[in-house]
Amino acid sequence: MLTAVLAGFFVSILLIPFGKYLKNRLSVLLVLLPALLFGYFAGFIPAVSAGNPVYSHHAWVPSAGINLDFHLDGLSLLFCLLITGIGTLVYIYAVAYMKGHPYLDRFFAYLSIFMAAMLGVVLSDNVLLLFIFWELTSISSFFLIGFNNDNADSRKSSITALAITAGGGFLLMAGLILAGYLSDTHSIREMILSNAILKSHSLYGLVLLLVFAGAFTKSAQFPFHFWLPGAMKAPTPVSAYLHSATMVKAGIYLLARLFPVLGGTDYWTVPLVIIGGCTMLLGAIISIFKKDLKEILAYSTISALGVLVFLIGVGTEAALTAAAVFILVHALYKATLFLVTGIIDHETQTRDISQLSGLRKLMLPVAIAGALAALSSAGIPLTLGFIGKDLIYEATLHTKLNFLFILTAIAVITNIFLVSAGFLAGIKPFTGSLPERLSGVHLPHWFMWMPPLILAFLGILFGSFPGWVGTSVLQPAAAAITNNTAGSPLKIWHGFNLVLLLSAVTIVSGTLLYLFKKTTAASSYPLLSAISAEKTFKRMGDYVKGFSTWYSNTMHNGFLRSYLLRIIIFAVLLLAYRVINGEPLEISLARISTISIYEIVVAGILIAAVYMTVTSTSRLTAVVGTSVIGYCICLMFVFYSAPDLAMTQFTIDTLTLVLFVFVLFRLPPFLNFANSKVRLRDGIVSTSFGVLIGIIALQALNEPIQTDISKFYGENAYTMAKGRNVVNVILVDFRGMDTMFEIVVLSIAALGVFSLINLRLKSSEKE
Amino acid sequence: MEILLLILIALLYSTGIYMLLRRSMVKLLIGLGLLGNGVNILIFLLGSITKGKPPVIDDKASLFRDIYADPIPQALILTAIVISFGLQAFAIVLLKRVYVLVNSDDLDDLNTPEEEDI
Repeated sequence: MLTAVLAGFFVSILLIPFGKYLKNRLSVLLVLLPALLFGYFAGFIPAVSAGNPVYSHHAWVPSAGINLDFHLDGLSLLFCLLITGIGTLVYIYAVAYMKGHPYLDRFFAYLSIFMAAMLGVVLSDNVLLLFIFWELTSISSFFLIGFNNDNADSRKSSITALAITAGGGFLLMAGLILAGYLSDTHSIREMILSNAILKSHSLYGLVLLLVFAGAFTKSAQFPFHFWLPGAMKAPTPVSAYLHSATMVKAGIYLLARLFPVLGGTDYWTVPLVIIGGCTMLLGAIISIFKKDLKEILAYSTISALGVLVFLIGVGTEAALTAAAVFILVHALYKATLFLVTGIIDHETQTRDISQLSGLRKLMLPVAIAGALAALSSAGIPLTLGFIGKDLIYEATLHTKLNFLFILTAIAVITNIFLVSAGFLAGIKPFTGSLPERLSGVHLPHWFMWMPPLILAFLGILFGSFPGWVGTSVLQPAAAAITNNTAGSPLKIWHGFNLVLLLSAVTIVSGTLLYLFKKTTAASSYPLLSAISAEKTFKRMGDYVKGFSTWYSNTMHNGFLRSYLLRIIIFAVLLLAYRVINGEPLEISLARISTISIYEIVVAGILIAAVYMTVTSTSRLTAVVGTSVIGYCICLMFVFYSAPDLAMTQFTIDTLTLVLFVFVLFRLPPFLNFANSKVRLRDGIVSTSFGVLIGIIALQALNEPIQTDISKFYGENAYTMAKGRNVVNVILVDFRGMDTMFEIVVLSIAALGVFSLINLRLKSSEKE
Repeated sequence: MEILLLILIALLYSTGIYMLLRRSMVKLLIGLGLLGNGVNILIFLLGSITKGKPPVIDDKASLFRDIYADPIPQALILTAIVISFGLQAFAIVLLKRVYVLVNSDDLDDLNTPEEEDI
């Protein structure tokens, strides 16, 4: 199973070297990938429908609890079949749709990565693994939305989509880690066993909030829905595949998968029902006011996703069965409609429904596919949509929730609008008379019209004979959500009851709405655009950008000294906090040695030299001042038993002085740039830093000294290294390697000095 | 004596930082030198300081017979002195180069050479 999940990644890697050979008709070979995977997963149908889920375990990072654990149960199988099945058709379609595109190989590579990641999401049993695949779907979606990367709108939409979905993914990660921490496992199966602990924990609400944030952003729920219409900038096969049939359902999948872990409480039900209800209503209403075919489909997809969230929120067995059925229903008809739209767009170069009509005369198979999908979307009897709709109404009518009437009403209104939207997208472009402008349009290659036709026929086939698909795929899926094995068989006919009446009302009103609604301009619903979350997010983005610009300009102003100043102020604050809150200051007299008059004299000279160096206006005086400081330190070393240091310091100081004087002799005197205020500020900062260092050094003096290492050197300097000067022995023997590298550093510095001195610039390089 | 050294350390750190914050490149270099000296004394102080007992073993003996100054800080400081000389020498020459090119000792003149072309 690991190979099956990762196959897409392998293929996309292989496309890097071999992609250029596949740009012509050979790209058909790529269809083999989803087709084989579909066959592979279809082979599991008997086992899974018999109630025997398949597990596979590979250790990956066992120490962090991240393992390649895959778990194929009914719900996963439903999604796997959708992903690979629709994937196969979309690949076939894309071969023709993208024909001749210069980046065909890149397109299929992204698509394969996406497919693999999506399979990973629905198969992972480990929540952290699930998160990794989850983010991979966001990333591949980002690349696919921005596939036409020479188009500014495309780029912007892809960034918006990534920002929303990855932002949600980030919160989801927090939620999953928290859930894993509370239940002490990263396996979803084990979490189900300990769901009572999770639900009674005080952090349960937070886990829910974070998981909802991930699911809502991914599945385009209000108020995060706006990235989905923007994502329609992607090539149409991508819209059909990612943004309608599979990826956006990852959020639904997550909610369904976690239902046995987290679901069933009021904290679960109320937010999902409210958000799902808002989303399905808004999406459906907005969709019929749109004129662009893809936008109609985008908003009706948002609405359908809302329906699914709503159903999972209601959470009764009927509702969850309805959700499982509706996932399949929606994938079948919406993918068909998208593919049909893609054909129309590809052949006529327009997606404006007010300009499209009569296309049935030119592309009959496409018209049939569109009409069948529209009928399924409307829920006409004998389509799978009819069964789905029935189940939804049954679910809302039989909930134990208080607002039964309102919920059912919302569902009915949503469906009325969806019926109308489906007709707009699937039927309207094909009816009426053919305008002159479109008479040159012809039927595309059968690679393009066959996939939607197959999907549409499947919708009818499953609708007319629901028995097989019901027992072998949909009921196991519903059983996996509810975590028990029960499930009632799907029926075409439920008898004359309230549900049927509601269905009839829906279809009739939807059809009437379609027939009598004039195509209104998009601006005629100010109320809906006023609550558009898109603007809010845009404004937030602007604020963030403004803040970062301000921050960069203040903090990164390009002046070395202001960087230094900030670093030092920060260090001062940090150290001061520590010193003030640390142990009280005390001077241990035990370690203080006596002081003699010549030491005081040397220190006095040193202080005077420092004063001279800092205040002098002459460069030479300042340099001489530093040398005096160096010689004073040299004397200190002499007093305190460090003859080697004294010699080195003496030599180095002399050399530095000579170098300074030779090189800088001709430079002008210091210019006094700073005003007294700046100097006062710098003075305060540097003095407080110096004082703090002094205090810390004083505290360090109170610490006991470790002399083990010194003793080792003292005892072994002669016995082992035959040297009497211990400092020398340490440098050239015990730490000889370090000294050698020090010599290397000095040689490099010497080379630098030498080449800088000998560098002769061409006149053009001089200013 | 330790207290005196502490005062010197604080003084060298303060003036070193103060000089680093100046606009002049030469002052920057001097500040670097002062700071380096302060660090050296700090290291020196943190090993216990001992008067008149250099860590050199007497002739004819193979071990210390008396107390002796801690050799480790001395070895560290020796390295530090030499390395900081390398740094200073390179910086001085670089500074000279910059002065020849830009004809200024002002760090701010290095910030925006492009703008001057416009």
